[in-house]
Amino acid sequence: MGLSPAPASFFNFLKYPFSHFHIFHIQRITKMDILRFITCGSVDDGKSTLIGRLLYDSDSVSLDVLATLEKRRAGSGDVDLALLTDGLKAEREQGITIDVAHKYFTTPRRKFIITDAPGHVQYTRNMVTGASNADLAIVLVDARQGVIEQTRRHTLLASLVGIRHFVLAVNKMDLVGYEERVFRQIVADYQLIAGRLHLPEVVAIPLSALQGDNVVRPSRHLPWYTGPSLLDHLERVPAEADANPHEPRFQVQYVIRPQTEELPDYRAYAGRIQSGRYRAGERVRILPSGLETVLEAIELNQQEVASAEAPQSVVLRLRDDVDVSRGDSIVPLSAPPALTRELEATLCWMDERPLKAGRKLLIQHHAAVVKAAVTTIVDRTNVATFERVAADEAQLNDIVRVRLRTARPLVADTYRDNRATGAFILVEEQTGATLAAGLITATDPEAFAAPAENPLAFSI
Amino acid sequence: MDYLDRLEAEAIHILREVAGQFERPALLFSGGKDSIALTRLAEKAFRPGKFPFPLVHIDTGHNFPEILDFRDELAATLGEKLLVRKVADTIRERGLREPGGKYPSRNALQTYTLLDVIEEFGFDACIGGARRDEEKARAKERIFSVRDEFGQWDPRRQRPELWNIYNGRIQKGENVRVFPISNWTELDVWNYIQRENISLPAIYFSHERECVVLPSGQLLGLSEHLNLDDTDEIVSRRVRFRTVGDSTCTAAVESDAVTIDDIIQDLLLAKVSERGATRLDDNLSETGMEDRKRNGYF
Repeated sequence: MGLSPAPASFFNFLKYPFSHFHIFHIQRITKMDILRFITCGSVDDGKSTLIGRLLYDSDSVSLDVLATLEKRRAGSGDVDLALLTDGLKAEREQGITIDVAHKYFTTPRRKFIITDAPGHVQYTRNMVTGASNADLAIVLVDARQGVIEQTRRHTLLASLVGIRHFVLAVNKMDLVGYEERVFRQIVADYQLIAGRLHLPEVVAIPLSALQGDNVVRPSRHLPWYTGPSLLDHLERVPAEADANPHEPRFQVQYVIRPQTEELPDYRAYAGRIQSGRYRAGERVRILPSGLETVLEAIELNQQEVASAEAPQSVVLRLRDDVDVSRGDSIVPLSAPPALTRELEATLCWMDERPLKAGRKLLIQHHAAVVKAAVTTIVDRTNVATFERVAADEAQLNDIVRVRLRTARPLVADTYRDNRATGAFILVEEQTGATLAAGLITATDPEAFAAPAENPLAFSI
Repeated sequence: MDYLDRLEAEAIHILREVAGQFERPALLFSGGKDSIALTRLAEKAFRPGKFPFPLVHIDTGHNFPEILDFRDELAATLGEKLLVRKVADTIRERGLREPGGKYPSRNALQTYTLLDVIEEFGFDACIGGARRDEEKARAKERIFSVRDEFGQWDPRRQRPELWNIYNGRIQKGENVRVFPISNWTELDVWNYIQRENISLPAIYFSHERECVVLPSGQLLGLSEHLNLDDTDEIVSRRVRFRTVGDSTCTAAVESDAVTIDDIIQDLLLAKVSERGATRLDDNLSETGMEDRKRNGYF
């Protein structure tokens, strides 16, 4: 017995035949993983339409939502699939995406979390917001326009935050007669970008989001293309979240101290394992204090476990009654992180007011919040050429390399070594505004002098 | 790790950030499945300690009685503090106008009670069980959503939210709405309820109920709060509730599902979204939710 939708009268304006909705994921799915991906590219490249098409062709749009699209169908035109993601009034008025929308769908293979990021240059910071949590980036290019500056900018930002899997989605193939030559030229142009940025993996797919060619189903319009459809590829690409080769890192979020009759002396440290694996019984060091003790027990869901790994949220108990508070790190004695008051970092500057050297602000490094000063602006990356040029300030959406000095030592790794402990945000103390995304490039002042053209800086 | 383990670990991390960053947080508890799942997540985040926040229920006066009983029982079982504030009191104290019509929803009025209770206790963070899959305006909201002193949401001025670093720094009078299960879908919540063997109010399972047939064809559970007339058709149907807002604005769905397994099977076959099937208030205008959120609604 199925859950009854509202009677037909509720949807009597709906023109879609029911047969369209073949149900292909009826069985229970419990053992599957999650792939988080972002769509990027310029305004009008069709990102929202592509996501709409992906949801629509994979039968992930419910009838009532389709019905609202039907209502907005202009005359006899096609349904505007972009309206599935552009949820704000201003977005629908202007036909552009202003802020990140999150959409969800599931196939028998995985749960997908889609981040639909704005393409407009003005909203680049929202694109970085989406990219910071993604495993894969779909870079859309309009087949008529080819590779443009926004393609370069978004690819750079996605590569900067460490995305390893890229899809070059050459969209609107229907508008160039599905010509292979057009596709090949764009792929060749993009290869230059991929080479400069050392992108680990790029898969190029010709498609039409509007017509549905090659998004979920292969297209007869593209006989010369033998690769996977977009959804095929998304279902098969490995979810990197599971690969966790890093050294063990854990930061205290909250101290649990019930102080009840039954548990008068219980004291434990709640937090999320940021990377690696922890084992009960191993020796650990508390940072920044440097005190050593033994990891007495690991609790997960109120039960002791022998070991736990990232990204589990756990509770740690220590053998000795040492002073540990929110923001402190608990790490094994081998391969400790740096403890430093001097950092070099790449910033994506997200505030309308420019950043100048000497500015004091707060670094929020997960649970640790410390005062800091930007001592030097080293250089700025030209997003069109990827060259680093001299700069003495950072404007909105600029990518700059800076040096920072902190009021208290920070427990940190470089972003290349560890995406969890190498990332931070800059916050304005007075207003609380988030000013920048920060990626640590060096924790040792001796490494600060690295040559500016070091290409590895973009390749995480 | 299974995908549910991942969602769970993320939600626990977010709850602990609230505990670590704020002085006076609260968990907004409606008695529905999402906020019930949140209490389980809070147990996992803070036991053997107490929750670092009270459960706060905004009682519109149009709730289903089953939900209120369940609410009190759950708070007692958990041994956690429950604060209840009534929309009826707000209406009296502020001289607000009771909504009229056949289905007089107090849904919009609860924003006043919510903002009052935030001010009364100085709550600086309010945790809620909203999910991004519910509605298009919710899909746009951050996990930490900063609200001004009037509770207003301004989608154009949202803070960037990078990695899993949550910035809850606010100025006096502002507060943050926190949504730990933003990335869960309706099906994820049900899968979690099943895995964790979480008890739910009986209203979620199939039962015989007197219902009013709405012009849309939706079924509204019969209650004293509806202003019906002779033209209304009353039927008795086997129904369950997919979501439990007020009795005046939440429709039931016909269903024979008596177990969580049955419900999950129902959902896998459902062609209508949760809100589409059940909510009357979202259909008032295309931007109903966005407009209410801008005004301080959860």
